[in-house]
Amino acid sequence: MTSDEALKHTPLHALHVELGARMVPFAGYEMPVQFKPGVLNEHLHTRAAAGLFDVSHMGQIVARAKSGDARNAAWALERLVPVDILGLPPGRLRYAFFTNASAGILDDVMVANRGDHFLIVVNAACKATDEAHLRAQLGKECEVERLDRALIAVQGPKAEAALAVLAPECTKMRFMDVRTLTLMGADCMVARSGYTGEDGFEISTPADIAREVAEELLVNADVAPVGLGARDSLRLEAGLCLYGSDIDEKTTPVEAGLSWAIQKSRRGGGAREGGFPGAEIILEQLEHGPPRRRVGLRPEGRAPVRAGAPLYAEKDASAPVGFVTSGGFGPSLDAPIAIGYLPAALSVPGMRIFAEVRGKRLPVAVTTLPFIVLKYKRG
Amino acid sequence: MLRYTEEHEWLNLDGDIATVGITGHAANQLGDVVFVQLPEVGATLAKGDGAAVIESVKAASDVYAPLAGEVVEVNQAIVDDPAVVNADPQGAGWFFKLRLKDTKTMDALMDEAAYKKLIE
Repeated sequence: MTSDEALKHTPLHALHVELGARMVPFAGYEMPVQFKPGVLNEHLHTRAAAGLFDVSHMGQIVARAKSGDARNAAWALERLVPVDILGLPPGRLRYAFFTNASAGILDDVMVANRGDHFLIVVNAACKATDEAHLRAQLGKECEVERLDRALIAVQGPKAEAALAVLAPECTKMRFMDVRTLTLMGADCMVARSGYTGEDGFEISTPADIAREVAEELLVNADVAPVGLGARDSLRLEAGLCLYGSDIDEKTTPVEAGLSWAIQKSRRGGGAREGGFPGAEIILEQLEHGPPRRRVGLRPEGRAPVRAGAPLYAEKDASAPVGFVTSGGFGPSLDAPIAIGYLPAALSVPGMRIFAEVRGKRLPVAVTTLPFIVLKYKRG
Repeated sequence: MLRYTEEHEWLNLDGDIATVGITGHAANQLGDVVFVQLPEVGATLAKGDGAAVIESVKAASDVYAPLAGEVVEVNQAIVDDPAVVNADPQGAGWFFKLRLKDTKTMDALMDEAAYKKLIE
């Protein structure tokens, strides 16, 4: 058996091939890395109009309280994440992360309160371990079930108008709302969220109507299919973490600049302080600051600085002080950009450091994240 | 004389100087080029030495010296505007000119028909 035969297909696989996608292996799936216009054009099109992304490789897991009282599921979930789940109203979505005992991140996820249950959307590469983690940790109180559905993202300034043709009610949603909308006659879970820094929606559809929904959205001339290549450059510009690169079991949420996602109720002095794996370390870092921080990096020249590049405080320093975790070219900035970790003392916007690329030390400016202005519809 | 390598480079020989670039097939596979690093004029390269670097939005790739020689000229135009590599890879998007150590080494490379067969 060749490795190709072992790769899974999403419900949109045949459509990608028909649309001329270049398919690559990714997290066990054969996925489109780009379509005919290429990464650069797909990226710019998403920022100018709308891009359609197949993210069906991601995991969709339901946690439902056996008691019938959704609060029991919320209580249980709060044992796994340093995030306020009890305070998450029905119809709302929240960014969260599973932590481990050493305060590292097992996965970063989206948690939706669907009223009588929670839907947790997890990274493709983590979905088997996440499901096992949820079953092991919540099994007493919750039914845990992995859904076999497609996930389609439509992102960009024209996303709302494109989706409104299929479901006019979507215009009433604001950032991080989640609702059931009828698309092509089927119940779909629609969230106003995404991974590009743009306004947009993520649509969970039954597998058998995914293609119909995608094709109906693509009828709109403003909507173009976008591959994983541009998905990565878009999220990099938006300063969003890629699990396995920018965050992993060895980075804490505080180091990663994700403290904003830890609500007061879970912090020191909060109503439900701690009570999640690694709480001691995370609460301590929230109070006194972490030893290192995730920062934005802007190379002064044109050469991209990519993941793995060591970072030096001085041009001739012998030992690196940090490293790049994601890096490449930002098409909307027409410049190289990167994300990396630096000691707290050096993680100061405006600080000039050096990245080593092909044996040369290139000057890089430390910046805040994101690199672009986020366009979420918060109103 | 126009010749091709298995690394998807082309060489156009005029006297003892070969102009070197990447093929249209290579440019298409790489995608949008956003950065090019060229060798120093005067550099002496052995066959297979790293000569240039091309970066697309996604990844970095090396361009190797297709034959031994001395770099006599580089194309600053593709450093200033890397998109030229995609727009005209076998013309205005050339990389560097190499004074070949031995012009007979060209004979071992592929002609256009052989290269076309390789990328079929």
